[in-house]
Formats: sequence, C-alpha cells, structure tokens
Amino acid sequence: MSLISTLARLEAVRTGRAQPATTVRHRHLSDRPLVLVPLVTAGEIGAPLGALVGTDRDAPRLLAVPQPRDRDLRFAFLAELADAVLPHIDACAEVVEAAERTEADPETGKRVKVEVELCADAAQVIVPSRAGVDLIRLLGRSTRFRRTAEQDPEAPFPAPPRVPLLGRWLTHYGERARVPGSSLLLAMTDLLGRHWATGQSTLEDQHLGALLAWIDPPEGASGAEAALRAELARDAEGQLLCPPAGPATDPAFDNHLLGPAIERYDRARTALAAAEDGLEADERYGAVSAAEREIRALVLSRTRPTWDAVWHGLDLLRRLPAGAHVADRWTRDRWSFTGHRDRIVSGEPPQPRRDDAVTAANKLATREREQARLEAQEALDDPLVMAGRRLAGEAFAGEVTDVVMAYGEGRRPSPRPLVTVRTDDRPQLAERGKVYRSLGGKPQAAEFVEEAGEGLLVLRIVDKMGRGREPEPGSVPEKGDLVCFTLFEHEQRGGAKLPDPEATPWTHGGPPGETAAVPEAPDPLTEEDVL
Amino acid sequence: MTAEALVRTGADAAFDPGAEAARATAAILHDTLHGTERGVVVDSPPGAGKSTLVVRAALELAEAGRPLMVVAQTNAQVDDLVLRLAEKNPELPVGRLHSSDADPYDKALDGLPGVRKSAKAADLAGLAVVVSTAAKWAHVKVDEPWRHAIVDEAYQMRSDALLAVAGLFERALFVGDPGQLDPFSVVGGEQWAGLSYDPSASAVTTLLAHNPRLPQHRLPVSWRLPASAAPLVSDAFYPFTPFRSGTGPGDRRLTFAVPSDGSGPDRVIDEAAASGWGLLELPARRTPRTDPEAVRAVAAVVRRLLDREGAARSERSPDASPLTPARIAVGTAHRDQAAAVRAALAALGVTGVTVDTANRLQGREYDVTVVLHPLSGRPDATAFHLETGRLCVLASRHRHACVVVCREGVDDLLDAYPSTEPVQLGTTVKFPDGWEANHAVLAHLTQHRVPWRP
Repeated sequence: MSLISTLARLEAVRTGRAQPATTVRHRHLSDRPLVLVPLVTAGEIGAPLGALVGTDRDAPRLLAVPQPRDRDLRFAFLAELADAVLPHIDACAEVVEAAERTEADPETGKRVKVEVELCADAAQVIVPSRAGVDLIRLLGRSTRFRRTAEQDPEAPFPAPPRVPLLGRWLTHYGERARVPGSSLLLAMTDLLGRHWATGQSTLEDQHLGALLAWIDPPEGASGAEAALRAELARDAEGQLLCPPAGPATDPAFDNHLLGPAIERYDRARTALAAAEDGLEADERYGAVSAAEREIRALVLSRTRPTWDAVWHGLDLLRRLPAGAHVADRWTRDRWSFTGHRDRIVSGEPPQPRRDDAVTAANKLATREREQARLEAQEALDDPLVMAGRRLAGEAFAGEVTDVVMAYGEGRRPSPRPLVTVRTDDRPQLAERGKVYRSLGGKPQAAEFVEEAGEGLLVLRIVDKMGRGREPEPGSVPEKGDLVCFTLFEHEQRGGAKLPDPEATPWTHGGPPGETAAVPEAPDPLTEEDVL
Repeated sequence: MTAEALVRTGADAAFDPGAEAARATAAILHDTLHGTERGVVVDSPPGAGKSTLVVRAALELAEAGRPLMVVAQTNAQVDDLVLRLAEKNPELPVGRLHSSDADPYDKALDGLPGVRKSAKAADLAGLAVVVSTAAKWAHVKVDEPWRHAIVDEAYQMRSDALLAVAGLFERALFVGDPGQLDPFSVVGGEQWAGLSYDPSASAVTTLLAHNPRLPQHRLPVSWRLPASAAPLVSDAFYPFTPFRSGTGPGDRRLTFAVPSDGSGPDRVIDEAAASGWGLLELPARRTPRTDPEAVRAVAAVVRRLLDREGAARSERSPDASPLTPARIAVGTAHRDQAAAVRAALAALGVTGVTVDTANRLQGREYDVTVVLHPLSGRPDATAFHLETGRLCVLASRHRHACVVVCREGVDDLLDAYPSTEPVQLGTTVKFPDGWEANHAVLAHLTQHRVPWRP
C-alpha cells in the first residue's frame, strides 16, 4: 500500500468518512451498464441459486433455481441468463463504425492499413464484488464447451441453444477483466475502492455494504458505525439486515430460510410425481408453484439490497468527471469486444481450456504493458494520484527558476537547454536519470544533471524541441512556469513480436500438437453429473 | 550420498578447489562442444566463476568456428561480457548489438578494435560472437538460426523472454544461479501457474520441464565467498547442492589502521573483520520502511569502514589493497531504503559507495557489504521480504566481510509469520523456503551480534 493511501485511510478513520483517492473517475462507465447480481448455493460454487440482472435499475429481471442441484433447472437458469445477457451484447455488436487497423498484408508481408469495423459501444457488465467476477469465469468455463442438440444430435444432455455462446462471452469478459484498466467487466467493490479510501482494511472493503457505508454514511452516523452495522446487524429472526453481496449467501439464511424452503419444494415435487390422476396433479402442481414462488421471493430479498447498492455506487461514481485517458482505454475495450464478436461470427471454436505457450506469454505481456500504461495515465489525469507518486519519490513538481540555453555536441548542434526546477518533493533521481513531462499530451524527456542546492534540480531537456537550432516556441519551459516531471515513462513501447504458436520453439515444448487444432471435447459426464 | 557430499564430509584435506572447478568446467565444455543434446544447463553458486565460464565457452565455440550469439539480461552484463571477451582475445571479432536509445552501451567499448557496435543485427552478420540483451534479441529476425547460443543469468530470465529468442539458435548453454531472485511480474499470472510454460516462471524451469534429459552441471567452488561465508550460504540457500569456498580460513584478511573507538559501528566492524560476519542489532521497534535510525546506523558503519583505513589481503596478491569506497556496497530490500541510505551517506560526506536493492546487486562483487536486513523493524513478514533469493543475494556479495544492520526481534517476527503462500498445483516447490533460510542466517548472525543503542 502506498504512503498516500495509508495516510488517506488514517484520515478516513479520524473523520469517520471515506476520503477521495482520486479527483476524476478512472474507469469508463457505460450509460446503460448491465448489472448482474448472482447468488450461488453454499458448498457448491458452480450451482447458481439465482440472480438479478438487467439494465434498468427499477426493473431487474429475477432468475431463481428452486433446486440448485437439479441439472435441468440449472440449464434452465443458464438459458434464461443467456436470454437476459446476449440480447444486450448483440445490440452493441450490431452498431459499428468504420475504423482503420494496420495489418500485415498476406501477400507482401508489408504493414498496410485496412478498413475494419469497430463496435460503436461495447456492452459493460457490472457485478457487485470480485467473487462475482470469478463466478463469471467459472460459468464461462462450465458452459462454453457444452454442445447443443443442433451441434451434436447425439449429445445425451444437450445444452439449451444459446448457453455455449453465453459461456464464450462470459469467458471473454472474465479474461478481459484481468487486463489492468479495462472496463468491460467491473466489480463494484474494486471500482469504489479505487476512488475512495476507507478507514478499514482492503479485505473489509470487499464487503460492498460496508464500503458504501464508509463512502456515503447515513445521516448522523460515522462510517465506522455504519460499516459495522452493514457487516453484523441482524433482525429479530437472526437474518443480516444487509445481506452479503454474494455470490455466497449468509449461513443463517441458508439454514433457517433457504434450506427449509428448498425442502418444501422437493416434497411438493415428489408429491406431484406421485400424483395418481389429473385432478390430484393439478392440485399438487399448485403446491410446487407456491414453493417455487417462495424461493423466488427469498432470492429476491437477498439480491435486491445488493442490486440497489450497486446502483447507488454507480450514482456516486457518476458524480466524478471521467479522466482524460478513460475514453482511450475504453476504445481498447471496444476493440477487444469487436475482436471477440468477429471470432464468433467467423466460426472459431470456443477459447481453449488452457492457453498455449505463445498465447500465455502474449497475454502476460499485454497485461504488463496495460498496467504500466494505466499507472502513468492515472497519474497524468489526476493531480491527487500524481501527488501519491510525488510522495513516493516517483515524480516532482515545482517552479522553473532558471533556464540556460545550451547545445549538444555533434555535427549539427541541437538545443539542450538546462532548466532549474525548485521543488519541495524528494524524487529518487539517479545520476543522468531520465524524467518526463507532458507537453501538449506528448511526453518530453529530460535528463537529471545535478542538484544545485537544497531542492534545486537541474535538468537537461533532450527532445520535442523541433529540428532547428533554436527550440520551437513553447517547447522549453520558461522561468516562473510550474512544471511536473515524472520518473516513469508516459507511453509504453510495444513489446517484441513472439513467434506464432505453430513455431513454438523446442525450449517450450515445440508447436502444440495436432490435437490442439481440433476443438476440445467437453468434460466427460460422470455419475455425479447426473444425480 | 552424492559425490559432492562425500567430498565435503570425508576428504576435507584432499579437497583441491582448483582441480574440482577445472574438472567441472571441462565436463561443461565437453558437453557444450561435443554433446548431442540441444541444451546444457549450468548451475552456479555465487561467485563460482560463472562469467569466466561464459567467456571461456564463448572463446572455445568461436575457435571451433561456430557462430555464437550470447544472451544476457541487462546492458551492464552485456558490456561486461564484451569487455572480458576483448580482454582475453583482443583479435576476436565481437559484435555488440545495442538499442537505438541514447548512450546504449558502455563508452569503454569504443576503445576496443575487435568490437563492432550496431543497433541492427544485419550489420553484425558474420562476426564470431554477437552479444546483446534478451530484450534486444527478441526484435531480431533471422532466416538462418545461429549454430550456438549462450544464455547468461538464465535463472533470472523469464520464460516468455526465452520464448521470444529461442527461435534464433539451434543449441544453447544456459548458465545461471538458481539461488538468486526469481524473475517476477507486476501483474498476476496465477492462471498459468503449474503449466510447464508458465510465462512468469524462470527460463530454466520451462526449459527443463520440456527437456528433462538435458545435461545439468554445477560449479562446485565459490571463488568470491570467503571460507567464513561459503558454509553458511551453502547450507542456508543450497542445502541439496553444496559448494565450497576456493580459499581457506587464513587466506583473506581485513585489517584496519585506525583502532576501534568502542562505538557500536566500530565493534561490529571488528567482529566482521575477524569472523566474516557482523550483526549490528538496534533495539526492537516497529518503524517505517526507511527507518531513520537504521539508515543512519548503516551510513555510520560505512563511514567508519572508510575512516579506519581498512586494508584487504587476499590470495590475489601478497600486498594489501586499500578498502576504497568502490569496494564497499550497501544492500537493501526496497528502492526507497536505498535512496534514504544514499542521502544519509551524502550527509556524512561519503561518495562512491554502491547503494542498491538486492535485484540490482545480483552478479556484483565487493570486499565488504553492509546490509539493511529486509525484515528489520517490520510488523509483518510478507512473501516479498521472505523471498529466499533476496536474502541470498544480500548475503553473498562480499569477498571479506558482511555487516548486517537489523532491529531486534526478527526471530520472533519469523515465528509469527510462517510462509503462507498458496500451494500451486503442478509447480516445483523450491527448497529451502525463505522462512527457513531466514532463520538459518539469523541463527548464524546471532553469534556475531553487537547490540547498539544509537
């Protein structure tokens, strides 16, 4: 944890309110995000219990599984989820704009510009907590290899038509969520935790109710009191007033409300199956429906507070203006979204169970590059984030006290002006270390020359001054200017191109065999799969 | 019992470090030049002559007429290798492939007639040896791969970096120190943990997972570590692959012209000069990372080391060489600690002493090191601070003596924080774990403890 966030947390403890950690919003928020509040069954992480899903805060769609261990009901849930999620994704995938991309020409191998489609907007999914993101990955993993009756008429338990497609999209969202700074799939606790510092530990910040209690405590209560209430307060029946954001549920709820309700449902179903004539069946069917309605009401009662909390969080975040680079990062998300859409349209198989060596290395390189880019962009967009970097010795701000024109050695002397900056910051500068400042959105580099006195740093500007002997106007800071230099680079260089997977070298096991070329078969069915 | 263990326990008197090292080197060179496998792996403990081996292998491969590429990890390592190659054989045509940044290589290379420098691999085609960093090699494209490659510091190279360059060569010699810091990534890579080609694992891990039959060698003698340090470093960090020091107990001596003034720093310096190790123990206290007292204590020790006009005698020459700032290093765990020590040294008027983090001290060698213990003053022991390689690097940079500055209570801290890293299925568990190694080193240091209240 950085020094500034520690200080902000201490400040939050003292004032009883979360302190802003940023002055702008560093993640893209869609106008119509798809909010998904899932619940799973205790002890069986892959068995969904229900969910609230939708884009309209006043009209969420309730999905519930009255008997989570029943695979048919589970598939019915997934089909319904696909029905709720995929139209939203499709709607975004249909609206495109023209864009350009450089690609290697297949004949000449040269880099040429080609016109391609770019989705005008991507579907954004918001879940309450990080565990929700993990569940999205798990659902994707468990459904994307399923075969529908259309794909494989022989499949003993065919999946409903759109479920494998849902799995592929959920997998894509889950993977994209691992890229730093991406906003396709966001956890509300992460979003709020990025923008506010509370007076509790980062672990406690995983509780959406407690986190919101610190950020926006009710009238008259301190954040700490409200957070404690959100975590622990129970009603007369021993149920939490603020149910956990899921996907796990509170054991007291499982034991005293959900468990008995599922039992009643099971009994009603058994009775229905044992009905001897139509009249009796009709009557018992009513009992099954009643038991099912009861479970739906229970699921709604546990998801609705979280649903409202997520929208409350969105309201708080929308009050912050978006950072300058947020749109740029969202465009990358749109490219990712469009790329996945194109892969599905072109009939590519679902994402493999494991990445091959080259894909894994490429993903890691992308994430490292995006991490560095995100850290630099957040600091450049936000003086409060930059203050944290200054406090950590990774940047400094100050006033220019002197500018001496100097020239580089070489045949054509180029301008290398010496700029003295007076600063109270204590940057960890190395001899001849590079520093950068933003000049009209582009980074200008300088070299640290010496410390001419207490807090007086002499820098040599080395680029972005034009081609002539005299620097272009405005490209060199003037005496009295306030400047901010960073020790970190503002833009990331692209990494080297890795070999194609078919050319994986011997050190990494050689090319993935022929087996990898055919789509993987789904997991074989075991006895436990069919209870 | 392995042959090495027999040597250690049985025939101590008969152990001839020079002969042992020569035998190991000969076997390595034989496998490299005449072996049938595509790769040879060499594990080298600290200061075991890894660079010498690399230079020798490079010269022999060049002599055999095999075009050779050398992959190192940092520009400083590349420049150092080129200088050593030129020193051994000034006529050898060596290429230094460098980046297109400003000041891409050490200016000392300009004075070497046999060395050609370029940012383009094509300009260096046909030279006997071409040396560059892994990052630069990754951008090189060739139609015909090199016959041979040497990968230096292969344990510090990440698997994905090897993936990017492995297509450039047919066969390779991989040399490195398994005990130093593992490569790392700033973003999580848990989703690939356990895969044989986990991109954030070390290059050697991936290489051996896919090619388990490659010959593996070990250099058995550390020429850097004195007789006082080799057993501890060997036992604590290389328990299954022990090594010996090349020098005996009396071969190295550190003396001071100015006698001790009785202060803590002076007493710990005398203890370290006599025994090879010194622990300057400050009173227990929880402190920020840049603990001002500990930082000042480190600076005071360095200041006194210089003031007392130290002289180091070693097997290299019969005359004592003065202990200059260039022969002293300060090692820390974090960069801000290094910055704080630099500032404290500047305040005491000390210049020219290397102050850096463990990561950057890897592969370097000094007469005396002063180490700020990674766990000193901490309220907790995280995986970062417990990492085996970090302590190993800090405790194995010296030729004569190592002074550790630490707050009291680290042993209790270790007991309160056993390692709790999640177990990843499919990954090789590394021994010893950092917790155990930390305890082993601390137990030894306690015997050379000098309590001091500044």
